[in-house]
Amino acid sequence: MEFFERFAIPHPSPMIYASMVAIALVSIGILVGITYFKKWGYLWHEWFTSVDHKKIGIMYLISALIMLFRGGADAILMRAQLSSPEMKLLDAQHYNEIFTTHGVVMIFFVVMPFIFAFMNLIVPLQIGGRDVAFPRLNALSFWLFFAGAMLFNISFVIGGSPDAGWTSYFPLAGNDFSTSVGTNYYMLALQISGIGSLMTGINMITTILKMRAPGMTLMKLPMFTWSALITNVIIVFAFPVLTIALLMGTTDRLFGTNFFTTGNGGMDMLWANFFWVWGHPEVYILILPAFGLYSEIISTFSGRNLYGYKSMVGSMVLISLLSFLVWTHHFFTMGQGAFTNSIFSITTMAIAVPTGVKIFNWLFTMWKGKIRFTVPMLYSVGFIPLFTIGGVTGVMLAMSAADYQYHNTMFLVAHFHNTIIPGVLFALLAGLTYYWPKFFGFMLNEKIGKSTFWLVAVGFVLTFFPMYITGLDGQARRMYTYSEETGFGPLNMLSFVGSALFAIGFVTLVYNLYYSFKNSPRNIGSDPWDARSVEWATHTPIPEYNFARLPQVASSEAFWDMKKKGHKLFTGELKEIHMPNNSGVPFVLGIIFFIAGFSFVFALWVPAVVAVIGIFVCMALRSFEQDHGRHINVKEIKEIEAQYEEVPGNEDRSHTTTRV
Amino acid sequence: MKELFPAKQVMGFVFSLILTAVALLVYFTNMSFAVGMTILLVTAFIQAFLQLVVFMHAGESKDSSAIYTNIVYGIILAAITIFGSLLILIWDM
Ligand code: HEM
Ligand SMILES: [Cu+2]
Repeated sequence: MEFFERFAIPHPSPMIYASMVAIALVSIGILVGITYFKKWGYLWHEWFTSVDHKKIGIMYLISALIMLFRGGADAILMRAQLSSPEMKLLDAQHYNEIFTTHGVVMIFFVVMPFIFAFMNLIVPLQIGGRDVAFPRLNALSFWLFFAGAMLFNISFVIGGSPDAGWTSYFPLAGNDFSTSVGTNYYMLALQISGIGSLMTGINMITTILKMRAPGMTLMKLPMFTWSALITNVIIVFAFPVLTIALLMGTTDRLFGTNFFTTGNGGMDMLWANFFWVWGHPEVYILILPAFGLYSEIISTFSGRNLYGYKSMVGSMVLISLLSFLVWTHHFFTMGQGAFTNSIFSITTMAIAVPTGVKIFNWLFTMWKGKIRFTVPMLYSVGFIPLFTIGGVTGVMLAMSAADYQYHNTMFLVAHFHNTIIPGVLFALLAGLTYYWPKFFGFMLNEKIGKSTFWLVAVGFVLTFFPMYITGLDGQARRMYTYSEETGFGPLNMLSFVGSALFAIGFVTLVYNLYYSFKNSPRNIGSDPWDARSVEWATHTPIPEYNFARLPQVASSEAFWDMKKKGHKLFTGELKEIHMPNNSGVPFVLGIIFFIAGFSFVFALWVPAVVAVIGIFVCMALRSFEQDHGRHINVKEIKEIEAQYEEVPGNEDRSHTTTRV
Repeated sequence: MKELFPAKQVMGFVFSLILTAVALLVYFTNMSFAVGMTILLVTAFIQAFLQLVVFMHAGESKDSSAIYTNIVYGIILAAITIFGSLLILIWDM
């Protein structure tokens, strides 16, 4: 019995028991459903073993959307608890667990997979390629992310959730103050998914540098691909720091080392230091792909090429360097001298300059453009003023002397949500709507989409703007309640109302997916938005090899050149196409990593060692495996291409084909 | 015959052995901490560079400039991180 006690949750509550039942029922339901409809073979052959960048992208997308609801549920609970003084919905411990989980889930398991989804879906198409450079490694990245996400998500029903904040500062996160296994989950789940992210970084850089279509020099890359390149460079340089910090944290907790302890020569502040050496570049890892998406969308719907291409690229390069020079601004109050703080204040403020350049470029792109207010464009237009407010409050926080007042208050919470929601989340929703028809063959409903936008935008403003005020009045972040006399009550109630609107917004999003699936017309062709870059030159649905002939590119808008300037995009003979084979190994490795992680969390050494050996066996097998991929011959290509034909009535847009 | 004999690699191998031996000396002989650390750092960096160039073939392919740019960028960022951390946690604490 004693053996099993460690798996119990230290702070149970009816809500958690209810979730346990719900999780069990849903899992059983899914398994029974798949078996009943005999879909196991289909899932295994078409998805679990797939190395196709499009399918991996879609799996990232689905995971991110599911995790968004997990993180969103946490958020609603927190806002409900704070909606009025002395609420009794959650106790302090439970509140701690929820804000920790919310932060981790949103950053690592919503936004990261969401941007990986877009990179996977779009980068190979935009560079006119057939897949990423290392397709199997790509599948492995996904399954490691998925294993990490699942490991983190079971924490609240087995053993207890982490409760030391998404930043997990030591000594709080050490064994003395965090006695449950929760923080072990944090360390190991992030380690596993972090390895996946690092692999994606290497994979994408190689892909973009090595696999571009003929004629596509670096300065002719579409802007989203540029943003992906810079983002992945930041990933490759920033994630190793997180890997090592997590490793040191893990050994502190499991093997009694003293890296971050307060005694025996340990240095607890070193964790905060490492965390933000990774953490600040991380916020730019989140925002740059979003900037890339906005660039694509704004130029398409303004009917103009992107203003200031070179300065867009230059500002991203500058941001990537500066993002490594500012990390101290997250702990101005830790006790280092005014000299250090001043240096980092200045570097931090400097980042606002290249960011501002980008904002002006988008404005100039819209200037005199013929703007079409579609759903993706609405998000982009909403983004510009709202994100600018987030940037301005960022510069306020960057003044180290003033930050002693703002730090750890709701003002800070308002700042970073103000950058992440209009900056990143809006971009992801805009990108989802924009690219949906390319990958699923029908459009999302515009009317419902617009109501989603307004609900989310108004919900955001109502939720977070009041926090600027309560924060300046002294409401601390991460406090589970406050007294009536503080006077924070009404504004927090307003926040709660806002977050309810937000939630309704997400319900309308899901309804939109369902409604459009049922009702949207299917013969939309392959270029429904009248777009500009090469990804839209593929057929819809996209054949597995993407392009029968590789495109010949002469500018960053080769597809537009083809439609409007008579540029010959596809020339030459059809040739045999070389494609990678599917493989089950990444999926199996994902499971083994999950088992290894789980065993380490509970210090179950035997299964841990077995699983680690399993990992090495898989790697060894791979290095002896002979797999030269397979070839699609010209006859097969012709048969596939013959299935597509021009959509009647769409000829003026030309080349908009669909499967008959 | 000359093309077949990997002279560069053999030389590199011998040189890396020498570097290892020098580093080991620090452990077996009596010297001050500062001198020992200096020797270790110098041999470590030469060793890393040697491995990269001789055995991992940096600089032999078309995109050698990309590889060296990356390495230099990495070194700059590592230096910023290390000296920044020292500044924060020790020199200006
Ligand atoms: C003009 C640009 C920006 C400036 C000057 C800036 C400045 C700052 C400063 C000084 C802090 C620390 C405040 C404190 O802890 O007291 C901070 C926190 C934060 N910022 Fe920004 N920021 C900017 C843009 C962004 C962007 C684009 C994102 C994300 C996409 C972002 C996400 C965050 C997050 C997540 C935190 C705090 C996390 C935490 O402590 O839990 N910021 N920012
Ligand atoms: Cu920062």
